Amino acid sequence: MSTENTIEHKIDKADLDGKQEYTITVYAENRIGLLNRIAIIFSKRKINIESLNSSASEIEGIHRFNIVIHEGYEVVRKLARQIEKQIEVLKVYFNTNEEIIWQELALYKVSTDEIAEKVTVERLLRQYGASAVVIRKDYTVFAVTGHREETDALVKALEPYELIEFVRSARVAIIKDSAGFHEKLKEFEAFEPGEELVENEFLEKGGKIFTM
Amino acid sequence: METAQDTIQQNEAKAETSKTLFKGTGSQVLLNGLIEEGVTTIFGYPGGAIMPIYDALYDYADKLEHILVRHEQGGIHAAQGFARASGEVGVVFATSGPGATNLVTGLADAQIDSTPLVCITGQVFAHLLGTDAFQETDVINITTPVTKWNYQVTDAKEIQEVLAKAFYIAKSGRPGPVLIDITKNAQLQLEEFPEYVKCNHIRSYRPKPKVRIEYIEQAAELINSAKKPFILFGQGVILGKAEEEFKAFINKSGIPAAWTIMGEGAIPTSHPLNVGMLGMHGNYGPNVLTNEADVIIAIGMRFDDRVTGRLDKYAKQAKVVHLDIDPAEIDKNVKAEVGVWGDCKETLPLLTNLVNENKHEDWLAKFRQYNQEEIDQVITPELYPTGDEMTMGEVLRNINEICGGDAVIVTDVGQHQMVACRYAKFNNTRSNITSGGLGTMGFGLPAAIGAKYGAPDKTVIAIIGDGGFQMTPQELGTIMQFGAAVKILILNNRFLGMVRQWQQLFHDKRYSFVNITSPDFVALAKSYYIEAGKVDERANLRQALETMINHEGSYLLEVMVGRENNVFPMVPQGMSVSEIRLK
Repeated sequence: MSTENTIEHKIDKADLDGKQEYTITVYAENRIGLLNRIAIIFSKRKINIESLNSSASEIEGIHRFNIVIHEGYEVVRKLARQIEKQIEVLKVYFNTNEEIIWQELALYKVSTDEIAEKVTVERLLRQYGASAVVIRKDYTVFAVTGHREETDALVKALEPYELIEFVRSARVAIIKDSAGFHEKLKEFEAFEPGEELVENEFLEKGGKIFTM
Repeated sequence: METAQDTIQQNEAKAETSKTLFKGTGSQVLLNGLIEEGVTTIFGYPGGAIMPIYDALYDYADKLEHILVRHEQGGIHAAQGFARASGEVGVVFATSGPGATNLVTGLADAQIDSTPLVCITGQVFAHLLGTDAFQETDVINITTPVTKWNYQVTDAKEIQEVLAKAFYIAKSGRPGPVLIDITKNAQLQLEEFPEYVKCNHIRSYRPKPKVRIEYIEQAAELINSAKKPFILFGQGVILGKAEEEFKAFINKSGIPAAWTIMGEGAIPTSHPLNVGMLGMHGNYGPNVLTNEADVIIAIGMRFDDRVTGRLDKYAKQAKVVHLDIDPAEIDKNVKAEVGVWGDCKETLPLLTNLVNENKHEDWLAKFRQYNQEEIDQVITPELYPTGDEMTMGEVLRNINEICGGDAVIVTDVGQHQMVACRYAKFNNTRSNITSGGLGTMGFGLPAAIGAKYGAPDKTVIAIIGDGGFQMTPQELGTIMQFGAAVKILILNNRFLGMVRQWQQLFHDKRYSFVNITSPDFVALAKSYYIEAGKVDERANLRQALETMINHEGSYLLEVMVGRENNVFPMVPQGMSVSEIRLK
């Protein structure tokens, strides 16, 4: 888990109330009902989930959730422990934005007439790195991948030009310091816990993000 | 289609020739699995969606004893009492819909008190799921927050593996309740099943870690450097079956040890290092000295708010060593200087090896000093009252004198519970059965029935208030029918006493709806053919208690105690443990 350094760093970056954005990464079995089991850990404490994504992971059969919340370090740490306690959850990590590479995908539907007529729109799209997914006579769908501020900025920019529909995906995130789950899984599958797995992370003040 | 009886006969014939295949229904394979897991007693109530299981059960009467309770809540509390008294997994059967929702209180109670249970609920046919069929309810989602694990079976081929996992999960690591919801089609489904294999590994579940010796060393170093070390122990010692290891640890280290009500009985009341009870109605010394100790060693306890009082004034001067099997408990409420994550059956002996032999005479003398103050001001007046009214404490004193500390005491929730935990003497572990975390009124009577099945050779005394008794009195019917020799002691103060006490102390004596009337409990018991008596003066108390305890079967005794007695000491809510009041 996080080093002492990063903890202090986090506090620097946090709001006045000590809260900031954390991305929780959950490796879990793919099982019906598990999403609910995880979601109620947040709702029980009246904590809002800003974004939640459920997808495949680098390992077949193992699911990966990305959950974004705006909370303080202590709260997130306790939430991570509670999630990890669930029987079908293998491992939970939580990271600040500095510790991850993350993206969200947004789709924008605009009137084709509007773009054809107004060059400014086209420029806007180039400026925001959008790509055209579908171009039809009546409308065009653009996609933007990026951080929240980037996708938000294009919404603002398109507002004057008849933005017909907008949707944004949940956040997906890769942990910078992660070595992936392949080696971890072997330890989990082993009958007796290995040294790596039994590390007592609560006391591990000097470990890397990816030590358990 | 073959009848169940035919199938069983075929199976029995087959079992002799081949151990690997069993041809039968999902219901039969479920019951076989329960037998493989060592289950002997089931508490349950039949209904439409669980009928195939009950039909199969008809042929298993010689192997599985089924206790027909009078309400599913009674069933699950009985299973809790069974598990707590025996150390085995409690098993409950209930039908779908209302049968399953009636389990919820017991599940929540078992979840917060870490009681191992396997609950089997029937469910409508798989093809009816989501159609709002008769007695269909979303049991899995309703019970998710109050179970350690739950699973819906829709195909009989899943039953063996799921059942094996259920037992493994329920009793390993930090124990807890597990629920399996089985659709009716799966119960009826005819299949060939392989041999039952017990579960001992789930890749995503690590019940306990390999102990890291460096944390044991850090803990020992801290303990050895302490001048005023103090042990707080909880049910973890009992759940970990580590009573002997714990005794060895305190005997060598000489450190005074106080208990949460869930941990009571892990060491005998009379142990010289047992300094008493923690928390809101705990003993004077342990509460006050929590804020004087320099090192606190918390073992299998979770710093519940009823134990800590105001958290920001709790043990701030102390360095905390926290031993727990559940890593989510370490640093949850109280920050640990050293967290020892592991099974205390393994960690305690390692720690005992490294701690110095010590006596801590001066420090222990402080506990004795506070204890003397409490004896003079609170305990003696409670146990040897001079007024006309009987006190709950003197009833407990008489029970101690008659049973000598060997009885299993099951309590309900409220004033009588605090008095029982404070004053009951225990020689043996698994003798104090109470609803700790959830505080479930109505727990006592059914839990006592279960405890009697879990500890058949013990005297089981259910101590219950007049309010709590009226929450689950229907279980007298279970006693009537199956004969559990439970001694029921109703301490009647004609009030919802604990709420009244709070209204007196904190709400200007505005007694809002705490004035509760009762039926004629003696007549009620007798209507269930249970022997009963009533005492309203001290002169008859001892004799009446002896009659109850020496009676062959179950017996109900109602004792009229003082109406407005309060339980003291008390840490008022929102106050620090060192602000504990003696009156």
